[in-house]
Amino acid sequence: MDLTDDIELSEDEEISVETVLKSVQCAWQNERLAPEILPHRNDMIECMLGQIQHMERNINKLPKTDLRACIHKMELSRIKFMICNYLKTRLHKIEKYCIPIIIAERQRIESGANYLTPAEFKYAQEYSLNMESHLKSAVLAKLPGTMETLEMSKLAVYPNLQSHVFLKANTAVKGVVLEEGLGDQDVEIELENGSQHILQYKPIAELVKNGKVLLV
Amino acid sequence: MFCEKVIELLKEAERNPETIDQYNDEKIRQVLEEMHSLYKMNLNDANASSDNRSLCATVQVRHTALERNKRCLLAYLYSRMNKIKTLRWEFGSVLPPDVRELLSDDEYQWFSKYSTNLASYMRSLGSDIGYSGIDLTENLKPPKSLYIEVLCMADHGKLELEDGDIITLKKNSRHFLPTSECQTLIRQGILKQIL
Repeated sequence: MDLTDDIELSEDEEISVETVLKSVQCAWQNERLAPEILPHRNDMIECMLGQIQHMERNINKLPKTDLRACIHKMELSRIKFMICNYLKTRLHKIEKYCIPIIIAERQRIESGANYLTPAEFKYAQEYSLNMESHLKSAVLAKLPGTMETLEMSKLAVYPNLQSHVFLKANTAVKGVVLEEGLGDQDVEIELENGSQHILQYKPIAELVKNGKVLLV
Repeated sequence: MFCEKVIELLKEAERNPETIDQYNDEKIRQVLEEMHSLYKMNLNDANASSDNRSLCATVQVRHTALERNKRCLLAYLYSRMNKIKTLRWEFGSVLPPDVRELLSDDEYQWFSKYSTNLASYMRSLGSDIGYSGIDLTENLKPPKSLYIEVLCMADHGKLELEDGDIITLKKNSRHFLPTSECQTLIRQGILKQIL
């Protein structure tokens, strides 16, 4: 993917646009394939949006018939699609698992390691409030006596962390402990650099989050 | 039998997973009625005879039926909420009148709240750097090519393109347009992509 033609990088930026794009791509891939929500990569997304803005301006400077303009526009719309799809996947997860996500996120905010961006968190809270008030006004308020109480925790949908995923190791990882259901014996395995596996999501969740493996 | 009505309700919601049906006010009212009468009977039995153990099982069965009814009603609402969400992504913040009629008042209220919430989230994207080119409801499908051929299904009048050109959309006319600019019109049914 050749993007850097028309982009002048500012001096103080240390990483190139290509690296940012790569990591956005990885984040997108992981987010699509992981059953639970992953830590946000807002810095990367914002950086990319800035570049898109920059490139759009550059393209507009070119004459309309220029072939380069067409190619760059195509490239841009691909990147835009990727970013949109990434953000949308996150939104869908937030909507589906909104109750457990909000509870977990409150704890994470206290420790400073939040997974959602402030805007996403606001969205999640608003969404769950709306859902609650809709359920209440549509049905619960009309129920007899004590039936009208709503236990949000009973309604919660949890992501299936036991599902299996395909993954590729970016670096060598030692000592991944797999829980065996039948024999009650934990198995420890080693992931070689560049090797591919099918594993349960739960034991490798941390590795996905710190970028040691890539879901494929 | 207890809970028969509510199962019919759920079956109805399941039958067309893709489309949304009329909000079944009448059936919900019937279920609620059943619940009210069950609740009343339970209350009577529980108060009347604290020493009569034979009633205990009856009360319990009724209570389970009540819980089940409640859970199924909530499931019905929830499945409809998911369908309404897809409507927001497909039609945008304004629903066509025929779709609007399928929703109950409460649901319509929820729809507009959902819509505002989504809109304010989208506004926050890129606002730090002053960029506002991201609309998540566009770009639903991966872009295959920059321009597509479209057939105009209805008279729409003039359309100004991003580069300043103005074209007239007349019924049955064919155009070769940038994909990004006709997505909304395609979803509104004014344009149709020719494959």
